[in-house]
Amino acid sequence: MEKLIYLDNAATTKTAPEVVEAMLPYFTEHYGNPSSVYGFAAANKEVITRQREIIADTLGAKDNEIYFTAGGSESDNWALVATAEAYSAKGKHIITSKIEHHAILHTCEYLEKRGFEITYLDVDEKGIVNLEQLREAVREDTILISVMFANNEIGTIQPIQKIGEIAQEHGILFHTDAVQAFGQVPIDVDVCHIDMLSASGHKLNGPKGIGFLYIRKGVKIRSFIHGGAQERRRRAGTENVPGIVGLGKAVERAAMSMEERTAEERRLRDYLIERIEKEIPYCRLNGDREQRLPNNVNFSFQFIEGESLLIMLDMKKICASSGSACTSGSLDPSHVLLAIGLPHEIAHGSLRLTLGEETTKEDLDYVVDSLKEIVQNLRDMSPLYEDFLKKQK
Amino acid sequence: MYTEKVMDHFQHPRNLGEIEDASGVGTVGNAKCGDIMRIYLDIDDNEIIRDVKFKTFGCGAAVATSSMATELVKGKSIYEALKVTNKAVMEALDGLPPVKVHCSLLAEEAIHAALWDYAEKHDIKIEGLEKPKSDIHEGEEEEEEEY
Repeated sequence: MEKLIYLDNAATTKTAPEVVEAMLPYFTEHYGNPSSVYGFAAANKEVITRQREIIADTLGAKDNEIYFTAGGSESDNWALVATAEAYSAKGKHIITSKIEHHAILHTCEYLEKRGFEITYLDVDEKGIVNLEQLREAVREDTILISVMFANNEIGTIQPIQKIGEIAQEHGILFHTDAVQAFGQVPIDVDVCHIDMLSASGHKLNGPKGIGFLYIRKGVKIRSFIHGGAQERRRRAGTENVPGIVGLGKAVERAAMSMEERTAEERRLRDYLIERIEKEIPYCRLNGDREQRLPNNVNFSFQFIEGESLLIMLDMKKICASSGSACTSGSLDPSHVLLAIGLPHEIAHGSLRLTLGEETTKEDLDYVVDSLKEIVQNLRDMSPLYEDFLKKQK
Repeated sequence: MYTEKVMDHFQHPRNLGEIEDASGVGTVGNAKCGDIMRIYLDIDDNEIIRDVKFKTFGCGAAVATSSMATELVKGKSIYEALKVTNKAVMEALDGLPPVKVHCSLLAEEAIHAALWDYAEKHDIKIEGLEKPKSDIHEGEEEEEEEY
């Protein structure tokens, strides 16, 4: 098979052709700076507002609560650092989880070095945060709870509404990193009591380098990038007009197709899980079966290591990812897989396959057939498997 | 990320397998860090490595370095094999990415461990061979300051 099988849609997605088409005129024709006075450029201001409305609509938010950023990581950094600064008079305690993206975890480490105290909530073996522990962790001086909507590695969807309720009960701000969930699961910021939400364009067939932070009206959050009046003085810098237009188009597309697309993805996802579980021995599905992103599949294969698996899959033109240490440049495997209680050697043998809107059943059949062969080959090379077989005898 | 030689040895590992009743077997690394290498040596009465096999749990570089290390010691005397350094393995592979250098150390260590096992079994002393460390990663981790 010569076709590229792209199953790494949690890393990034293909920019949809209609998104690219919508963006192009804003490079070559409508290239004006939206802050300029003359009509040619100023028209772009309205275009930006229109995109804000489209995005706000999908979240049950107002358009002036959407702030464009350069992507998910910036949104996460901004939400945490600026809230910490603005609310430090009230307290210096923040609650998050052990399985957040590094954009949250490393920002928390940064804040810890600056005198903030962070509580990292445990997750159960499926990757769901412990609500009881959350309730107990809340203190007088807690200013922020930040828990991701859905996990990027194992796809677990958190009980966001319940977390939001706990935050509201105690008058604590609630931020959620929805980079993986936005466009995949319906989100209503009022129902879930979300005060801030991070999202990114390139995870939903939009362009890279553009995202947004939803900030509920009334939240005192300071400017993160200084130097201009853009984004209601909260995020300076000439607007990325083509990016914003692309993001708006991608969000519109994702919202319109969500029901049908995710139903199909769920069907394919469960088919893939079923075939792997049935046909490859000594494997384990990571994450929750039900509370799971429609496009996420994550398995650990015993006795083998993830990077070798990825290279072998690559030779078969299959793109995937792993939580193995060797793919991270460190000696430790993924913090998410360790947090759900996997032993190191099992975490090293993990494989994430994330489906996209173009994934077909035929693709998945080819993947399972290839995977069976590769896993067996790698096991035949593995001293761990050799020891295991000897013990079986 | 990998050189053509590394990819070639990963895709077509040389001397993969086991040797029944091997003269010496060495296993190094640990599963916690994500790589384990096991080397089997078949050594004749003239102390020549007649055959060598390996099994590896680990990344592409770990497999390729074990494969290359077996090639470099096959047919050599145990003293020549002792001189095969991680640097020689890396050079033979046209280099490794910096984060993978420890894989080549592991390959060198695996050969030494197998020779040590041979020496112990035959109650001989191999001049210049030290008892191999069981865990190559010990004390190797460095904290990087990020901010």
